[in-house]
Formats: sequence, C-alpha cells, structure tokens
Amino acid sequence: MGTECEVSLDRSPEGALQVRLSGAWGLNEGLPAIEPVRKEFASEPPPSQVDFDVANLSRWDSNVLTFLVQVDELCTERGVTMNRGSLPDGLRRLVELATAVPETKDAREKTEHPSLLARIGTATQNTSEGGVAMVEFLGEMTASAARMLTGRARFRIVDLMAFIQDCGAQALPIVTLISFLVGLILAFVGAVQLEQFGAQIYVANLVGIAMAREMGAMMAAIIMAGRTGAAFAAQLGTMRVNQEIDALQVMGLPPMDFLVLPRAIALCLMMPLLTLYADIVGIIGGGVVAAAMLDLTPTVYWDQTVYGVTLNDFFSGLIKSSVFGALIAFSGCLRGMQSGNSASAVGDAATSAVVTGIVMIIVADAIFTVIFNIIGF
Amino acid sequence: MSERPIDSDAEITVRDLTMAYGSFVLMRDLDFSVRRGSIFIIMGGSGSGKSTLLRHMIGLKEPAKGEIFYGEENFTRADPENRDRLVRRLGVLFQSGALFSSLTLAENIGLPLGEYTDLSPADIREIASLKLALVGLRGFEDFYPSEISGGMQKRAGLARALALDPDVLFFDEPSAGLDPISSRRLDELILELRDNLGATVAVVTHELASIFTIADDCVFLDPETRTMIATGNPRELRDQSEDPRVRAFLRRGDDGAEAR
Repeated sequence: MGTECEVSLDRSPEGALQVRLSGAWGLNEGLPAIEPVRKEFASEPPPSQVDFDVANLSRWDSNVLTFLVQVDELCTERGVTMNRGSLPDGLRRLVELATAVPETKDAREKTEHPSLLARIGTATQNTSEGGVAMVEFLGEMTASAARMLTGRARFRIVDLMAFIQDCGAQALPIVTLISFLVGLILAFVGAVQLEQFGAQIYVANLVGIAMAREMGAMMAAIIMAGRTGAAFAAQLGTMRVNQEIDALQVMGLPPMDFLVLPRAIALCLMMPLLTLYADIVGIIGGGVVAAAMLDLTPTVYWDQTVYGVTLNDFFSGLIKSSVFGALIAFSGCLRGMQSGNSASAVGDAATSAVVTGIVMIIVADAIFTVIFNIIGF
Repeated sequence: MSERPIDSDAEITVRDLTMAYGSFVLMRDLDFSVRRGSIFIIMGGSGSGKSTLLRHMIGLKEPAKGEIFYGEENFTRADPENRDRLVRRLGVLFQSGALFSSLTLAENIGLPLGEYTDLSPADIREIASLKLALVGLRGFEDFYPSEISGGMQKRAGLARALALDPDVLFFDEPSAGLDPISSRRLDELILELRDNLGATVAVVTHELASIFTIADDCVFLDPETRTMIATGNPRELRDQSEDPRVRAFLRRGDDGAEAR
C-alpha cells in the first residue's frame, strides 16, 4: 500500500502554514481531520498563508476535496491566502468549482424548524382548512348527484359497470372468508358462555342478530374501505399526477361527474348487497360451530335463527351499509382528488383514504346505534 | 385597464394578468396577445411560471388579477356555459400526454367526440383512426397508453387534442423527453397543423432549436423581476433585443462575451 494516509502541519519561518497530505486517500479512509488546521488558525499569530505539499499524495477522492473546501472556508473567514497553485490540477479545479458560487443564505433558513407554537398554529390551520375542503367536496358531490338525477351528469356507463363489477362480484371471495370467520368467532364466544347455563340454542339468536345488525355491515364496510377506498384514492391520485384530471377539465368534462360519480354510485349500490351476503355467510359460519360444538342440527339452528332475527334487524344493517358505501366512496375520492403530484403523495392519499374511511364508518355506526336505540328500530 | 379595445386580429388576449399561489405572486403585469393563426411561444427559465401561464390560459387556474380573452369574449369572467363552449375550442397537449390510462387510444380520442357530437360509434372510430393517422400512429387504435413509448404517447395526446378540430392548440413542453428527431418531427407537425387547419398555436418551451423553427411571436418571462421582459419575434429578439437577459437566453448564454 505504500505510505499511510496522513495529514501533517508545519509552520514555515515566515508564518505560512504548510499542509502535507500523503498516502492513497479513498472514501474508506475517512475525512482528513480539519481540527488541527482549525487550531492553527486559532493560535496567535494566525498563519499568513496556507501552502500544500502533495508530493506523497498518490490518490485522492471526495474526502480530500471536502477537507480542502473546509480549509478554504477557514481561509476566507480569516482573510488568509490559500495557495491553490500547489495543489494537483484536478483538485485545484474542483476546489474552484465548489467555491465559485457563494452559499445561498436563504436556502438553509427554509429548512429551519419552526417553533412549537408555530407548528401548533400551522397544524390547527391545516386541520380547519382540511375540514373546509371536506365540506366543499361533499357539496360538489351532492351537486353532481343532483345533476345525475336530472339526467345532466356525464359519465360512461361502461365505467359504472366496471366499478360495479369491481365493488360487487370481485369482492365476494374476501367478504365470504371474513364474514364466515366472524360468524364462527361469534358462535364460539357465545357457545362457551351459553353452554354454562344450558342455553346453547340461543347461539343462533346471538350470531343472527349480531351479524344482521352490526357485523355484516361493519365487516363489509371495513373490507371495502381497505380494498376499494384505497384503490379509488390511488386511481384518482395517479390520474392527477398524470394530468388526466386536467385533461378532463379542459375537455369540459367535470371530473366530479366523470370520475367520482360512477365510483360513488357503484359503492352505494353494491354495499347493501355485499352486506346481505355477509350476513348470510356469517350465519352459516355460526351454524357450523353450532353443529360441531353444540350438537345443534342445522334445521334447529335455522328455525331458531328465523324465529329470533327480525326483518328490522336486517334493515338496520342494510341502511347503515348504504351510508357506509357513500362514506367509503367519499373518503377514497376526496383523498384521491386532493393527492399531490408525486408518487409518494399517491401512496399517502391511499393510506389516508383508508384511515379516513374507517374512522368515518365507526363514527357513523356509533351514531346509528344511538339513533336506532332511541327510535326503537 | 380592461377598457382598452381588443385587437381584432388577436385570438388570445392576456390583459394585466397576475398569477399567484396564495399570497406568493409568481408573475405580474403580463399583457400580450396572440395573433390568429400564429405560433406563439411562451418561454423563460426554469421556474418562471411558463406552464402556470398556460394553465391560466386554458382555465385550470384562476388569475389573481387580470383577464384573458378569446377573440372578443372574456374567458375569465364568462359564465359556466360560455366557458364550456370556449374551452371546447381549445385543444391541449399536456407535458406527459395525459392519456386516460384505462382507455385505448381510439377510445381516448373518441371520448370528447362521443360527449359533444351526435356521431355514431362507428363514425367516431373512423375519425379517431384519422386523427391517429395524422400524427403517424395509424394502426395503434386498440393499444393502451401503457403499451406504447413516451414519444408515441405524446403524439397520441396530440391526436386527442385535435379531436374536436380546435381553433387554438396549446402545447406544454412538447419536446421534453423526446429524442432530437422525434422532437423535430413534432415541430414539423405543429407547422403543418397550423398551415392546414388554420389553428392558432401556443407553445410552452425552452428548446431553442424548436423556437427558431416554428415561432412567429413569443413572450419572455423572467423569474427575477417576476414579469415579462420581452415580446416579439424570437429571431429579432436574439439579434436586436436591448435586454442582455433575453439575448443571453436566446443565444444559450453566449451573450456575455459578445456584449462586453
């Protein structure tokens, strides 16, 4: 390897600082230490000028260059001449290049961290702006729906059909799996408790009412928020990045009618169907546990379900599910349309669509439960 | 300001326009007109707001101040119905082509035709094929945008912009991302379209070669003074402009040596 990588400093009798760089410097060797040089500058008297001795410098890299630029900064600060002539040609030119344009002072300030108060203020402002944007979007969606009812909204029926297929038929496998398992879990939990006082038969009521009133709609909604809400946000966000939304606007086709409306209609139509399907699959799941663990025959389980679960139970779930569908479409499309112009912004939009969607679903469910309880539905 | 009469030769008139993002003013006092049937270049350094100016002209952004006229009609203050009608006279080629990725090329071009005309689906497809042929994409009707190259996407975007036979065509950085030959072919296409369809063309670009090939007029936006600092024919500006910044731009920065 030859000589070790080294920096040594000398003072000439005239007071010039002699910096001797030797060895083969690569990025693995680390940066030459600047501290000794800084000490020399701080000492009395400071060096009159800086010379370099590079006779033994066999190889250099960005690290030596960084060191030289640091030395140059020190020199400029103290008004000391840096004798660049003694550097190898390539190094000298790179140092000149790096120091040619003075640092833009504003550029750093921009990244400075604002104070805590300022951050709280900004966050509050953003939150309230976000709220306003949400209400605006809701208004536009309503106006668009009104245009549809009067037959003046423009969108492609083919698109609507594709979304109906996507939110309907193609969601069946995952809805089947999840609601079957939820029915199974409910029955298990119920079976253990009810068996203690010989009321196994009521497992049918438990599963039936829980699925019809709550879990069917809730599970379908959460699946759709993760599956379809996120997809909507990502689709619209990508269209924003790709300027497709601009292009629609310039064609005079309102993106609200053309993109948001068919998605919202598809979800609002399909959610009650998915929910009904989830209810039934959940009840079947409960029946499997009842048959396997509690020795209830399918007929008994079925009769008890028909006896214990009223149509009102189903309707309350279906009404909720339709609203959940609208909320999922709302949050997905809102976040998609608000998406920024970069790949990461589209990812954020999809995440945010799911979070917003699920929060809204649970809040709406709580409100519904209270209202249904009050009116005795 | 807006009392001044509109030049009857002008297809687009920009009056006293201020562009702003919130409280940040990007450009102020923009005032120029685009002659009917001319090719007009919007140029300036990076970040000078060229594309934003284009977005104002096609109605995607509202001016903070000032107005834009098409012919003698006020576009900025138009009610939604008139605005829709005016927008339909415009064709825009966006930087990335902005084709709808879920539609084939023929469907992309057919979309505005289906919305605004009573043509039968078969006729729409014929017209879409014709527009694709005009931009050299005959036979690509059933391809999806993701299946063709970037340059082809751009040309397909142009075919879509041409769908409704627009009176005014806008191009946002048409040569960005194109190789020199494709870029030159696009320039020739722009000239052909202007000559044969009689359209007015506004182009945002900073490609000097294409500016000197196609431009009749231009406006030069300067990011430092935040306003326009020159208008006119780019060749004349290159040779005669008083402003060193304009000369430097049009000569790729060679101005310094010559002026001093």
